[in-house]
Amino acid sequence: MNVEVMREYLPLYWRALLLTLKVGWIGVLLAFLFGLICAVTIHLGIPVLRRLFKIYIELFRNTPLLVQLFFMYFALPKIGIRISPEVCGSLGLGLLGGAYMAETFRSGLEGIPAIQEESAASLGMNRLQIFCYVILPQTISVSIPGILANVIFLLKETSVFSVISLMDLMFTAKDLIGMYAKTIECLTLLVIFYLIMLLPVSILGSWLERRVRYAEFGD
Amino acid sequence: MNQELLEIRHLHKSYGEHTIIKDLNLTVHKGEVIVVIGPSGCGKSTLLRCINALEPIQDGQICIGGESIHKDDKNISEKRQKIGMVFQSYELFPHKTILDNITLAPVKVQKRKRAEAEKEAIELLGKVGLSGRKDDYPRQLSGGQKQRVAIVRALCMHPEILLLDEITAALDPEMVREVLEVVLDLAKNGSTMIIVTHEMAFAKAIADRVIFLDQGEIVEESTNPKRFFENPETDRAKKFLDNFQYEKN
Ligand SMILES: Nc1ncnc2c1ncn2[C@@H]1O[C@H](COP(=O)(O)OP(=O)(O)O)[C@@H](O)[C@H]1O
Ligand SMILES: [Mg+2]
Repeated sequence: MNVEVMREYLPLYWRALLLTLKVGWIGVLLAFLFGLICAVTIHLGIPVLRRLFKIYIELFRNTPLLVQLFFMYFALPKIGIRISPEVCGSLGLGLLGGAYMAETFRSGLEGIPAIQEESAASLGMNRLQIFCYVILPQTISVSIPGILANVIFLLKETSVFSVISLMDLMFTAKDLIGMYAKTIECLTLLVIFYLIMLLPVSILGSWLERRVRYAEFGD
Repeated sequence: MNQELLEIRHLHKSYGEHTIIKDLNLTVHKGEVIVVIGPSGCGKSTLLRCINALEPIQDGQICIGGESIHKDDKNISEKRQKIGMVFQSYELFPHKTILDNITLAPVKVQKRKRAEAEKEAIELLGKVGLSGRKDDYPRQLSGGQKQRVAIVRALCMHPEILLLDEITAALDPEMVREVLEVVLDLAKNGSTMIIVTHEMAFAKAIADRVIFLDQGEIVEESTNPKRFFENPETDRAKKFLDNFQYEKN
């Protein structure tokens, strides 16, 4: 293994990491929002939307991200919708993750006993207040382990971005191997950089999990 | 003691085919303490839940301060502020401190100043012997302490009537007393309450009126609790009290 070569490649990997992080975390954020909106809509039983969101969840949970990205990047332009690789990556990740997050939030919501809602109602809170001050904070705190698992899963899924020619970590490694055939060096760096990306999330995650459960959260 | 606060007329409540409360009439006056007793499953909780409009009713009317209250009312959350409720299982909010549990509704619902609500909350906590626990979370408290907080939380909204549903049923025996003493104190200070309980000595001591409920009907009603517990008029009440005595010993 040639350390000198690895050092030479380092800037390329850092650049790729930044791009992966950017696209990945925007995707995670979108996933969080989509998931929350879906879960709440389904939980409240809002008529048409509820159906629609359930279909969305099943659709995206049961197809690979690779296929979803192919569809968005290569099929949509045929009907005149053209999106950049970065937007495509974040959106794809957001849609996939939204389906998973929705399930996480939904089981969190279902785990809050109805009588909590009633005790809030008996204090004169209206539906919105009950949701914002009582149900949502508890849902998020019981959902933390699931949310974290989803975040790590989603950040790992960024490794398929290379198929839509997004210059992420995977793309960079493959590219370098193709050009210079320094396979071991390139793949070692790849592993190291994925660890740089994911280990802090895992560590921060388990710390947060310990802190946030049942502690003050939100308002 | 004469002003009518709560008026229930011809209340009918059912779950599907199953009738739980049939044609129940009850008037509660300001300052009155009503104790409701009866066998498990007879509809005591359901009655309280109907009064607080947590359950839709199938027939009849419930009026609080002359105003009818129903689950589907548009301003139901406003009307519910007049009614405080304490549950058997406390139902504090686990993600909030004791102080925030108490002040959440006064601040968010009644739009009171936080400082003022907190001042009152701390005062009330002091009265129930918990002034030192305001920054704790519910999980750090014993059952009896949680239940006292739940009472304070209801009181801080200044309700006109308090509904207590078997609030000591989940407590270890040594904690029952500390909670019942708080309730006795409230009664002494003129609070209007409907209390569902299985603590017969407490019921006898606190009740202005005892109501014996069986299969969703008021079978016996007495403004003389002592006589009711020692010598009920109806056979059903007698049987219930006898059984109860037997189970206790
Ligand atoms: N949500 C519900 N759906 C159907 N039946 C119910 C429901 N809640 C209570 N019941 C029934 O109503 C009856 C009265 O219940 P409840 O008011 O809780 O009795 P109590 O408090 O006197 O023990 C019971 O037979 C119970 O099974
Ligand atoms: Mg009950």
